[in-house]
Amino acid sequence: MQIKPILGALRRHKAGTVLIALQIALTLAIVCNALFIIQQRLAHLSEPTGIDEANLLVISNQWAGTMSPQQIDAQIQTDLIALRQLSSVRDAASAEGYPLRGGGWDNFVMLKPEQLQPTTDAAVYLGDEHSIGTLGVKLIAGRNFNATEVMRMGSRQIVVPPVVIVTKALADRLFPDGSALGKLIYPMTSTPTTIIGIVEQLQRQGVSAWSKPYAYEALLWPMRQDAGGVYYMVRAKPGQLAAAIREAPAALYAQNRMRILDPEDGGTYPQIRQRIYESDRGMAILMGIVCVVLLAITAAGIVGLTSFWVGQRRKQIGVRRALGARKRDILSYFLTENFLISLGGVLLGSVLAIAMNLWMVQHYEMARLSLEYLLAGIVALLLLGQGAVLAPALRASRVSPVEATRSV
Amino acid sequence: MFAYYFQLGLRSLRRNPALTALMVMAIGFGVAASMITYAVFRAVSGDPIPGKSAQLYIPQIDGWGPQQNIEGEPADALNYADAMALMRAHQARRQTLVYSVNMSVLPGGSRSLPVAANGYAVYGDFFPMFEVPFLYGNGWSQADDDARAATVVLSEEFNQKLFGGANSVGRSITLNGQDYRIAGVARHWDPKPRFYALAWNNGFQDASDFYLPFARALDRQIESNGNSCRGHLNFSNWDEWLHSNCVWVSPWVELDSAAEAERYRHFLEGYAADQQRSGRFAWAPNVRLRNMMQWLDYKHAVPSETRISLMVAMGFFVICLVNTVGLLLAKFMRRAGEIGVRRALGASRREIYTQYLIEAATVGLAGGVLGLALTAAGISGAGLLFQPQIARLAHLDVALVGLTLLIAVLATAAAAFFPAWRAARVQPAWQLKSN
Repeated sequence: MQIKPILGALRRHKAGTVLIALQIALTLAIVCNALFIIQQRLAHLSEPTGIDEANLLVISNQWAGTMSPQQIDAQIQTDLIALRQLSSVRDAASAEGYPLRGGGWDNFVMLKPEQLQPTTDAAVYLGDEHSIGTLGVKLIAGRNFNATEVMRMGSRQIVVPPVVIVTKALADRLFPDGSALGKLIYPMTSTPTTIIGIVEQLQRQGVSAWSKPYAYEALLWPMRQDAGGVYYMVRAKPGQLAAAIREAPAALYAQNRMRILDPEDGGTYPQIRQRIYESDRGMAILMGIVCVVLLAITAAGIVGLTSFWVGQRRKQIGVRRALGARKRDILSYFLTENFLISLGGVLLGSVLAIAMNLWMVQHYEMARLSLEYLLAGIVALLLLGQGAVLAPALRASRVSPVEATRSV
Repeated sequence: MFAYYFQLGLRSLRRNPALTALMVMAIGFGVAASMITYAVFRAVSGDPIPGKSAQLYIPQIDGWGPQQNIEGEPADALNYADAMALMRAHQARRQTLVYSVNMSVLPGGSRSLPVAANGYAVYGDFFPMFEVPFLYGNGWSQADDDARAATVVLSEEFNQKLFGGANSVGRSITLNGQDYRIAGVARHWDPKPRFYALAWNNGFQDASDFYLPFARALDRQIESNGNSCRGHLNFSNWDEWLHSNCVWVSPWVELDSAAEAERYRHFLEGYAADQQRSGRFAWAPNVRLRNMMQWLDYKHAVPSETRISLMVAMGFFVICLVNTVGLLLAKFMRRAGEIGVRRALGASRREIYTQYLIEAATVGLAGGVLGLALTAAGISGAGLLFQPQIARLAHLDVALVGLTLLIAVLATAAAAFFPAWRAARVQPAWQLKSN
């Protein structure tokens, strides 16, 4: 294939050449970054929580009126008994927060009592001997709490249970040699708490970027809070979630009607995921639409300009055909021409894509663009160019040599 | 002449329907994408209290010290001791403390099911400072603050829910089992982003239901929604918690001039220095005094999704325009012969230029109309792409309709500068000869 004559011809169509190359460059820059954003968002919203999401129901319960701490604690215990007695319910536990969203807090964790700078951060979950079974998290080392270890915590009161269960992620962060079981830790306290069990995985109570450094680092304390609201974690028997959704609120109101069950907070995990990840999902959809429309418009633009060139050069094509060029030669001429322009476009586009990504890294906590996305984008755009140019090029190849003799 | 060129433009567009449709769609999609994301951006990045925001400041005092603060910045809120010290010093014309509370209320008397209500504990200055408009009654006085009165201001929406919109001033409601006398009902007031609540949430949550006196809320030990603490936690009751290093109070002050703000900053530094001298702080004064817009910027009140979407949409629009430049070039140059004839018959370059610009503007206008339809559809479906609490703020108004059409026409005309210039430079002799 002769490249020199093609380059020579392009020099006579500077404006069109530059426009197509520029369009391909900009498209590459935006599509690469958009695809990368989509991948990041999808990865974020498919992070596991480590719990039995399919069978769990979260009920947000606030107390109304005036109740003493004793009354609240007694009410929580009778509520839990009532929930556990429902035929559709496998187990139930109280909590101050639930994975992905809702209440709860995080405590810095220290390894020595006098330590000021934290070793790491951890999501704090409160519960009792039913919590692990209710959440459906897997105990991989040590033991569960027993009923006598469960303590009470009042409003604005710090209570440190002597025992704690931690996630594997937290255990590994604190004791990388795997010796966490039986060790003492100091989660913002000067009194120690002993690690008696390790669970496989438990996500934190939020998914925002600031808390990402302690993702999956959680600790579970045997404790009930007798002030403020409470979450009831209800694990339905397999296939009975719908029944549990019907029965549980009724059972609670039957115990005491002075409570507020917030429908906007909690629910089933598909509902919770829907709420939590709405901005991630929206972003992925938006970027998807942009990619598709952008590629379509770029392809259409290439078809339009190339068709124009073919129309302009019918005579020259006719001359070449009359001088012995085969249809194949004409076809490959236009394909090569487009390939050269596209190549220039993707070279410029790669620089633009990386610059755009670096700018977002600096301003919007984005991750670095991985090169596979850039390579995939380059290949996609080169193929798109070839595909778009195919129809006009085929039309050009069908120009008859007779054209050379017509109306000069 | 304009009308004639416009007609020529329309006729020319009909000649290559595929090419025209392609250009109109490119402009339409490009302008719609930009306008939808702009409508959302406009809704979340505005000034919550236009005309007043420059006088409202949020003081920050580092009560955690360099070892425990967040990368050298003081916490977003104040602890109780520092907040009360600022109130006592009263160095600003108006000042308030704010914290977020959740309470229960019985909407239909003592036999009904309770509902949750969210509100803020504030000082009486809150209402004039933030220019809260009143439907009935008004806020409360400093005397009420001092007397720790059991009084409350309801939002219009909450008053609608509880009293069917009637004038409820003087009546009382039961919050968390305690009675509060209604002092006023605020006319619909929901500044977005909710600048005074950014210490606890993203500023776009549901409108607040009520406001009650700060001192009264503390007397009733109403817990704040969220607090952040450092070091060893060892409080065991409300009072010990109040005097811990936990931060949960947002202070706001009104300062009329830059000079006053400077004076207040000095006061804050002096206060922090006093704390260091007295041994309460073991570090040098670390204070901030940001005005409202600086605070919104510092807290990244505009979600990054909104900004990224806007930028990607504008990039998309630029590509659509580049595409249009190419297609217009092809379209115009295909008619080189026609241009040659017109030039030979005496049309000046300027006239050719004008004609083709008007033809391009026609494409732009058609693209704008398509873009407008897509924008309207997009805004009503924005809930799919943005968080509902943010998407519902975006709306189509006259300004946006005008902007959409204007941008479509201007951008297309700008895209046509080069193709029209090339068209005007066609040599008549060349064209005439070759035909």
